[in-house]
Amino acid sequence: MENNGLSWKIGGEAGYGIMTTGFIFAKVCSRAGLHVFDHTEYPSLIRGGHNTYQVRAEVEEVYSHVKHVDLLVALNKETIDKHKEELAPGGGIIYDRDKIPLSKEDLGRDDVKLYPVPLLKLAEESGGREIMVNSVALGASVALIDFDFEMLSNVIEDIYRGKARETIEFNIRAARLGYDYVKNKGMEKDFGRKLPKVGGKKRMLLTGNDALCIGAIKAGCKFYAAYPMTPSSSILHTMASQERNFSLVVKHPEDEIAAINMVIGTGFAGVRAMTATSGGGFSLMSEALGLAAMTETPIVVAVCQRPGPSTGLPTRTEQGDLKFVLHASQGEFPRFVIAPGDVEECFYKTIEAFNLAERYQCPVILILDKYLSESHKTTEQFDVNGIKIDRGLLLSDEELEKIREFKRYEFTETGISPRTIPSQKRGIFTANGNEHDETGDLSEDKTIRTKMMDKRFKKFEQAEKEIPEPKLFGPKDADMTIIAWGSTKGPVKEAMKLLNRDGIKANFLQIIYINPFPTSTVSKIIETSKRTVIVENNKTAQLASLIREKTGKEIKHRILKYDGRQFFPTEIYQRIKEVL
Amino acid sequence: MVELADLKTVGQPNWCPGCGNFPIWHALKMAIVELNLEPHNVVIFSGIGCSSKMPHWINTYGFHGLHGRPLPIATGARLANNSLTVIVVGGDGDGYGIGVGHFIHAMRRNLDITYIVTNNQVYGLTTGQTSPTSDKGFTTKSTPTGVIEMPINPIALAIASGATYISRGFSKEMKHLTKLIVDGVRHEGFALVDVLQPCVTFNRKNTYEWFSERVYKLEETDHDVTDKQAAFMKSLEWNNRIPIGLFYKEIRPTYEDELPQIGETPLVKQRIEDIDIKSLMDEFV
Repeated sequence: MENNGLSWKIGGEAGYGIMTTGFIFAKVCSRAGLHVFDHTEYPSLIRGGHNTYQVRAEVEEVYSHVKHVDLLVALNKETIDKHKEELAPGGGIIYDRDKIPLSKEDLGRDDVKLYPVPLLKLAEESGGREIMVNSVALGASVALIDFDFEMLSNVIEDIYRGKARETIEFNIRAARLGYDYVKNKGMEKDFGRKLPKVGGKKRMLLTGNDALCIGAIKAGCKFYAAYPMTPSSSILHTMASQERNFSLVVKHPEDEIAAINMVIGTGFAGVRAMTATSGGGFSLMSEALGLAAMTETPIVVAVCQRPGPSTGLPTRTEQGDLKFVLHASQGEFPRFVIAPGDVEECFYKTIEAFNLAERYQCPVILILDKYLSESHKTTEQFDVNGIKIDRGLLLSDEELEKIREFKRYEFTETGISPRTIPSQKRGIFTANGNEHDETGDLSEDKTIRTKMMDKRFKKFEQAEKEIPEPKLFGPKDADMTIIAWGSTKGPVKEAMKLLNRDGIKANFLQIIYINPFPTSTVSKIIETSKRTVIVENNKTAQLASLIREKTGKEIKHRILKYDGRQFFPTEIYQRIKEVL
Repeated sequence: MVELADLKTVGQPNWCPGCGNFPIWHALKMAIVELNLEPHNVVIFSGIGCSSKMPHWINTYGFHGLHGRPLPIATGARLANNSLTVIVVGGDGDGYGIGVGHFIHAMRRNLDITYIVTNNQVYGLTTGQTSPTSDKGFTTKSTPTGVIEMPINPIALAIASGATYISRGFSKEMKHLTKLIVDGVRHEGFALVDVLQPCVTFNRKNTYEWFSERVYKLEETDHDVTDKQAAFMKSLEWNNRIPIGLFYKEIRPTYEDELPQIGETPLVKQRIEDIDIKSLMDEFV
């Protein structure tokens, strides 16, 4: 581990503010100009249970979490028991001596440093409540990496803005006591892991879900409806918080069925709209997905995966729903499936999703997972130059005047029919979930049926030509080509750093557009690769199976993980070394 | 002025001869004419079932969607463009069976939507099975020994759920029904028009005759439409005498009224090009 980085982890019982504490620490590092990636692990309950928040901060850009921990903040004994093996040599533990009697012998490790801080006592001394041990621990952490206290107090002020003045002051006082305790004992000199402060432009610290929301707002999404479901819920919270700022209507309806149908009604009426959910909610949405396709109504649906089947592991991560979103709903119809792999792609691909939905008048699915939805990453402010809003073939009233008889589902060369929205005088039609003729009228005629099916699929012949090529990272001639989609991008990029260090040339094919599938490019890359390996956070290698379906090519090596946790870069690195 | 001819479509209804949907279809068209609603500013949403084909046969905008889901679809459209007149049509299976959850929530929401339920107490399009409003003991293909459970009482349910205009019409009383629809559309808030609609093919119990012997008009009594308790008592009458007309009416702010975002400009008219997200991005620094 280089001296220019740190992996910090706080653990404790749910209900002790672990999430806020972790986020404050991450923000302090981010504002210091460091690159940050954070990662949370928590069970599906509100009080009790073991929560952790890991923050990785480095001078160079970081793309994922790591397995090792340099500084562990243990708010309870369980944290030490569970995570002591993760401590890197030379790492330290901040813990409450009064609550956890601890010696290196107990720990079974003589290569780590112990920093007993009377967390509870200092919390009480600050005049606050027991729960403020987290602020004391924050102060101690920031002191250990030798940052100025103001860096922490400023972030506390910002994060707690809107809370009672008293609460903010108690937390700052508690943090100060923790900070001073460490400094007075000279612990930071013993730890010796002073983190650098890097100047320059301030970056954002945000999750995939945050970026998706900013993208949706930029794209002109004016209506958002969703039912809470981890890990998609933060999209609902963020969109709702921006309702008045950006003149949005955000609705938390009775269920996911209502949510997607509201979105369809909104899209039909000419307003950009979105819903988001996880696999369970998407199961309920399946029927309406087909309705959007049949009525050719533009909608955007974000599916933030978590491990199934059924309720599964509600707060963990997995990529088990790829084939589900590709095939959900009865009948055959085209849909876009787009898998952003990092925070930045969540922003740009969401904007693209809205454009594609309107251009092709069909559903667009963005597929994320808990790891991408909920992990924060430092990211440059998004470049909004060059962002275009493409509303597709929306007829103006003037254009309608020139049309003798408007047919909503007119057969055209591209399969895309110009559309109107309610209130346009000459554009009257009835959208129809039944098979229909060009006007939208019910029709069971066999010729019309065949032509309508062909029309809907024809749209995708055009789309296939238009979607961007998949990204190939790394050298063209590599010993190993790694293929992955979605959030495994981060750990894969980190694993490539490790492989390069060993002199192993690896490249990485990231597939973002999963439907329509970039068949010829993927096929060519596989053909010219020395070796290929698929990395997926699921049991059955769903992308590998899709690649075989589309290209006829088998990916020989598979690195799969389906324990509800994301790959560590070292896991991918080691398993690739085994293959080579 | 809007005329009946403006609402004419190429296609014609394919309901069974004598179907109780015909008068409802006529009443809805007459209501649109009486209200002088321009067809392009009206959207009729429907679910799936015999009556749900109605949007195809009235020349306004329409959306013939999924079984049980017309209310959420209409909700989205109404929030997208609150200058539209939004009417929803569907059967008892659609609204009181598969879609009953949406029905309850739409009422407590109080959007300015008029919901006409063609209530024939049987499933028609699927060739005669029990419906949520079938009378106890009613025999159908899915209940050959008779329905065991109690029927849904849509009027009582609407009162409990906070609907602000609650009425019942009868297919045979077309003028009366037209007025209920007209008043329902004029009402600012969620208006329910439950319609007793004889199914001449699959319901041999609740026929035109059966209803004719029982219905009476609330307007011809001293019923006070602002009295919620009285409305509830009236909603319980069924087997011997069946009230039609307006049960209950209340003025309450609509859902749209509570959204300043659409107070001046409907969402659909709001400009989406060049939205400035700088301040939002700054929040994440």
